[in-house]
Amino acid sequence: MEQYDNVRIRAEEVRFFYGDKLALKDINLPIFENKVTAIIGPSGCGKSTFIRLLNRMNELIPNTHFEGKILLDGVNIYDPDVDVVAIRRKVGMVFQKPNPFPKSIFENLSYGLKVNGIRDRHYIEERVIKSLEEAALWNEVKDRFNESALRLSGGQQQRLCIARCLTVEPEVILFDEPCASLDPISTNRIEELIENLKQKYTIVIVTHNMQQAARVSDYTAFMYMGELIEFDRTEKIFTVPRDKRTEEYITGKFG
Amino acid sequence: MNKNQVQWLGFMFLSLTMVFILLVLGLILYFIIARGIHVISWEFLTQVPRRAMTQGGIAPALVGTFYLTIGAIIFALPIGLACAIYLVEYYPKSIVINIIRLSINNLAGVPSVVFGLFGLAVFVRFLGFGVSILSGSLTLGIMILPGIISATQEALLAVPQSLREASLALGATQWQTIRKTVLPTALPGIMTGVILSVGRAAGETAPIMFTAATFYTRGFPGSIFDQVMALPYHIYALMTEGTFPERQTAIAYGCALILLILVLLISAIAIILRQRQRQYGTV
Repeated sequence: MEQYDNVRIRAEEVRFFYGDKLALKDINLPIFENKVTAIIGPSGCGKSTFIRLLNRMNELIPNTHFEGKILLDGVNIYDPDVDVVAIRRKVGMVFQKPNPFPKSIFENLSYGLKVNGIRDRHYIEERVIKSLEEAALWNEVKDRFNESALRLSGGQQQRLCIARCLTVEPEVILFDEPCASLDPISTNRIEELIENLKQKYTIVIVTHNMQQAARVSDYTAFMYMGELIEFDRTEKIFTVPRDKRTEEYITGKFG
Repeated sequence: MNKNQVQWLGFMFLSLTMVFILLVLGLILYFIIARGIHVISWEFLTQVPRRAMTQGGIAPALVGTFYLTIGAIIFALPIGLACAIYLVEYYPKSIVINIIRLSINNLAGVPSVVFGLFGLAVFVRFLGFGVSILSGSLTLGIMILPGIISATQEALLAVPQSLREASLALGATQWQTIRKTVLPTALPGIMTGVILSVGRAAGETAPIMFTAATFYTRGFPGSIFDQVMALPYHIYALMTEGTFPERQTAIAYGCALILLILVLLISAIAIILRQRQRQYGTV
């Protein structure tokens, strides 16, 4: 499969510890450019832990320890001389629960640009509008820029968070169970959105919803108890899985 | 007894304690107001004391308390904020930090008269500031420091981690995240703590007894190295010194009423701020 697609991120021998507890066991995984890679598995299998390694978000958790390499365009993002702030700008993230800032809609969207030193008012507005259009939220909020973002519905908040992520023009977007707290209609809209975003971005999505993985992703990784059990094209994982555990999980025998 | 009766008894007991607390509060208010209200007038608030404290007003004491409180806040707020930010945002959950937190909590339990003696030894004598507004402010500042630190810590800890993550994931530095997201979100909580500390600083007698306060000044203080009259100390002095105890007692109740109103006002501001924080809510 690798001869057709361009590897954007490669995890090599990744191990991760919470205290003494080994949470990820020697994970090797490629993430392909302009594709959607889904990571599935039962709760506690390490899928969220893994995705949060890709923009070094786990560093915020005290008493944790990382081993291995995560190469972004061939550069190990855990090298001591790599600027973590630059990595996070390149690798955006959308979280499990919508987490808009308790600020206005516009301030939520201009935040990322401002912290990255952009002052040009016209450029900021242009980026804000473009991101809202990309996140399919423009029509709903175009007259409400000064309203608090907390007054939006849950689904709108999550799309606002996606738009906020897009404003700084990342190259990779990580979705950590983005629909976990949303109703089916909002979930549907987010899935359509992800489908469109992959034209421009490389996408990794963690989900506990197998139908969602089957619908939106090109590649699927199945994790179980901190191990990567199987990785392949999504249609293969869901039709002819090689490992018995994968088969049992996707047919709902456990999880 | 069946479980409904047990429940009824439980609620009954809780309601009774509530009534008791309200009763105590009501009694305090009643006695202070009944004994103090008749000495309060515009002159009482705006004039200097005359005739060995038996006539005139308490204006210098009000001004003195104002200066001492402002001084304490100027000193304690920046240090307390910085300390709390450091403890919460930079080194969470290590053993050293836990020891520091424990020490700060213990500092909060030190009796105020001990702070007074400390202020006398360090600011008045060792640093040579004398009995002055400066010494008193610094002593009060140290006294309210633990309160400000722990209130700020709580406000910072109440900011959801998801907001910090959202900011960092956009390529903000940790400092930008603190300044632009964490502090604004925590601000109402911090303000509440600070205002309650202001109330405490305004009402304490012991820390300023040896460091700033004096029984009587002719007029208003001219510099931060002057001694001042202060409301809580003035009450103490009226009740324990002087030559006309009966007339002084009435004035003392008047001062107590003013002090009470002052502290209640300050608390009211804190409550309003807290309500507002609830209204906007945190994510």
